[in-house]
Amino acid sequence: MAHIALPEGLPGIRGPMAFRPETAKPLNEFAEILLRGDNSLTRGERELIATYVSYLNDCFFCQNAHGGIAQHYMQCDLEEMDRMKMDPESAPISDKMKSLLAIAASVQKGGKYVTSQQVQRAKDCGATDIEIHDTVLISAAFCMFNRYVDGLGTDAPRDRMFYVNRGKARAEEGYANYNPYH
Amino acid sequence: MAYIALPQGVPGIRSLAMFRPETGRHLYDLAQVLLRGPSPLTPAERELIATHVSNRNNCTFCMSSHAAAARELFDDRRALVDCVIHNEPTPLLSDKMKALLSIAGKVQESGRLVTNEDVAEARKHGADDRAIHDTVLIAATFSMFNRYVDGLATLTPTDPKEYEAMGKRLATVGYVSPQPQNQ
Repeated sequence: MAHIALPEGLPGIRGPMAFRPETAKPLNEFAEILLRGDNSLTRGERELIATYVSYLNDCFFCQNAHGGIAQHYMQCDLEEMDRMKMDPESAPISDKMKSLLAIAASVQKGGKYVTSQQVQRAKDCGATDIEIHDTVLISAAFCMFNRYVDGLGTDAPRDRMFYVNRGKARAEEGYANYNPYH
Repeated sequence: MAYIALPQGVPGIRSLAMFRPETGRHLYDLAQVLLRGPSPLTPAERELIATHVSNRNNCTFCMSSHAAAARELFDDRRALVDCVIHNEPTPLLSDKMKALLSIAGKVQESGRLVTNEDVAEARKHGADDRAIHDTVLIAATFSMFNRYVDGLATLTPTDPKEYEAMGKRLATVGYVSPQPQNQ
């Protein structure tokens, strides 16, 4: 049970967002730009960073909700998604994505863990300043979202297929006009 | 030196909001609502939570700027800010804030560490659902801001006077997104 009286029956972040719409608004507008706005990183790549950081933070709801969306964009199955988040260096993704996920893993531990060598590796793989910036910000943002969801002790369905099955609809719904009651 | 080409001479989060105004705007809006909007916690108390989390994350820029804002806002009780930073007991700090700072410290490590007992302790001292929600979200948000500022190695001023000026601005004007730099 959640630590505070959230509206009933809403999984994960939907409860706190319905509880406090004043903060949900800038959070969702921010997520919309960060994860779905015009970008040289695809929406799938950005959702993969979100999934990876949420996995490292052991946030069940976020890693599955965003994993489901990433799966939809990347057209892969649950097993392939698990392989990407559990061991990106050996996963069938680009060298650039591997270098960006290494930065993401450092950000998850703490901003000061990011090294100039990691950033240089990403640049050598063709990552632009904006892509490096967005990788750091997505990773930092999910260190926030994960803590928000787990720090309030929210409930979430345990069946992972729940999230896989919702991936397409959630990808199409986006974040800006997100309705927590859906 | 910062890892990416940020505007020269601009410190911390401001340089990032100028580099990427598309996201910066919403981050400033979030900070304004969360730290200055309606809440059972005063702006001073909310700045204290931000300071505590930034201190635990070892983020000098965020810790120093929000500590300066908290000192301004606590006014004649400002001494409690440095007691919290140095983990020294002080009668200036209410039991409610002690309990909420303890929750914030857990969130800084991981949301999963917050227990029913932590929440019950805060309630015993008068914290309601909104106060607990806002504490968790502020702690989570600064777990983001701290990583964002340090993860890109932004400029961190060393002169305390610069932070004093930031604190005065944050206490009076609040969170206003900087104008993007002309390219």
